[in-house]
Amino acid sequence: MWEYTDKVRDYFFNPRNVGEIENADGIGEVGSLACGDALKLTFKLDEKGKIADARFKTFGCASAIASSSALTEIIKGMTLEEAAKVTNKDIADFLGGLPEQKMHCSVMGREALEAAIENYRTGGTKKHQLEGRVVCVCFGVTEKEIERVIRDNNLTTVDEVTNYCKAGGGCGGCKGEIEKIIQRIQGDKLKEKAKTAPAKGHKLTNIQKIQLIQETINEQIRPTLRADGGNIDLIDVDGNKVVVALRGMCAQCALANITMRDLVEAKLREFVSDELVVEEAKDLADEQGKK
Amino acid sequence: MKTIYFDNNATTKVAEEVLEEIQPYFCELYGNPSSMHTFGGQVGIKIREAREKIAALLGCEPAEIIFTAGGTESDNTAIKGTLAAYPEKRKVITTRVEHPAVLSVCRELENQGYTLVEIGVDKYGRLDLSQLDEQLDEETAIVTIMFANNETGVIFPIEKIAEMVTAKGIVFHTDAVQAVGKVPINLSESGIDLLSLSGHKLHAPKGVGVLFVRKGTRLTPFMLGGHQEGGRRAGTENVPGIIGLGKACELAMCNFDEENKKVKYLRDKLEKKILEKCPDCMVNGDTENRLPNTTNISFEFIEGESILLMLDKFGICASSGSACTSGSLEPSHVLRAMGIPYTAAHGSIRFSLSRYNTEQEVDFTVEKLPPIISRLRELSPFVAK
Repeated sequence: MWEYTDKVRDYFFNPRNVGEIENADGIGEVGSLACGDALKLTFKLDEKGKIADARFKTFGCASAIASSSALTEIIKGMTLEEAAKVTNKDIADFLGGLPEQKMHCSVMGREALEAAIENYRTGGTKKHQLEGRVVCVCFGVTEKEIERVIRDNNLTTVDEVTNYCKAGGGCGGCKGEIEKIIQRIQGDKLKEKAKTAPAKGHKLTNIQKIQLIQETINEQIRPTLRADGGNIDLIDVDGNKVVVALRGMCAQCALANITMRDLVEAKLREFVSDELVVEEAKDLADEQGKK
Repeated sequence: MKTIYFDNNATTKVAEEVLEEIQPYFCELYGNPSSMHTFGGQVGIKIREAREKIAALLGCEPAEIIFTAGGTESDNTAIKGTLAAYPEKRKVITTRVEHPAVLSVCRELENQGYTLVEIGVDKYGRLDLSQLDEQLDEETAIVTIMFANNETGVIFPIEKIAEMVTAKGIVFHTDAVQAVGKVPINLSESGIDLLSLSGHKLHAPKGVGVLFVRKGTRLTPFMLGGHQEGGRRAGTENVPGIIGLGKACELAMCNFDEENKKVKYLRDKLEKKILEKCPDCMVNGDTENRLPNTTNISFEFIEGESILLMLDKFGICASSGSACTSGSLEPSHVLRAMGIPYTAAHGSIRFSLSRYNTEQEVDFTVEKLPPIISRLRELSPFVAK
């Protein structure tokens, strides 16, 4: 059971400003059915350029509905310049806080607001679309958006980023990349925290190297393959040669070579050693299958 | 406000008769069943009686019953204990729709170098038995497949599967926590080697369970320590829990047909009325082979947690396969394995009944639910006005 504040419950059970404004000046649509929440925000300006009315329609959980409703209350009476400065934190604060794992609901509100303002500024032509490189494929979250939530909310862990924008919450294959974005933005702040990532560059014993390779496969590579119905086994490590077998869907995949190079080898080089070379144990895999 | 409890696949009320039975074992008869004195020994006798009652419900020998701390421990013991007993075999077969108590264990084994095969299901949640058959080989140490699914109530053809698996000399385990007391089980005429059950799913207290281990099955103990349970599961017995579970199994056995008939009638009425009154909804899972107490209904275009919270306002308890209710971001792995569209998975609600539900409760829920659904659809951007 989620511990919602009384205000969240109030805005869920008695949402303000439900609906859709006809001939709206700005329309912002974010999220999707697949993602589990979606919000359509519409607003109308008065003659002084202030938001006279704002309405929402939301598919989602209680905190998504409450956050959307709160957003409409917050922005009414604001100029667009003022509204553009509203952050997800303002929405969460307005509601007396949200459970940590539900913070993405407040972020969705801010995204819809941005989309609606942009829609207005481009004369109603521009619809919201993903900008920049998509990092989390499961939930369609871009690098730009991840950077934004990290900065706005001073986030320092991957779990926090997942709570705020869902990135990393599906197959988990992008967690390594999110970690890097956090490091880039937060830099020194992270040094105080204990780092779990292996200290690459140290001379590893054979046992350590094999363990690290196995860990990297388990944590960085397998989740991505699993998302596509595939899998991977570590067969052997001989010096810098890593022999693996692709399983499931990956085994028959025409893009197996690309998977090997761009995912398996790249991740192993990143987390273990630049000198590693990955080979696929085709024959061995067949043999084992026959046994 | 009265609580209307339709979440019996999560946990159940402890039966009054069970509570009465276990009460003396806290402050009066608190002896250790392993003790040499009469004070402890009399408790040992009660444990033996409980073991006999459970064996009677399952149709097995009392000596084949090992008491554990619950379904999760039973599952862990069955899987890890079998693998430890067959160290040369490195393959495990399960399904994509197992409870996490099995699935997480199997996926962790994969990280340790085991080969894991997860059998898929069709859109009705039915297992692909030909895929299973293809995978059974000499490398396979254990096949673990649930008796009935906790989310949809779909019952698998476990006897047939047990035959297929054990014919090849492979150990077969089934997680039967949702099935015991709801589906007739006779282990004396079955190929099942290992079976898990959980007390709190059948009106016994939480924290007690059973692992049935067929005589002659190799299993390395999971919990080491004292000699309890014939050395197969160490640790001083959860005496009240075990005695309660014995009583609960006795109750389940006495009223088996009558109760399941009543529960099924209520479930069917609830399901039928909801489908009649709410547009754009559908039942998930194979309705032909299903637990009598479970229905899983998807409401399109709206989200499960919102429905649950609104039901909660009327004291109605249910559960959902939506992402938002689990703390994870993806909807139920069971519904996804069935290929249920995300739209429907996010809006899925499970009602699971028990002998303590009444027709009035069903009628009340059928009255309150449709306005909730239409209210949430008014809020949804995916429903045209």
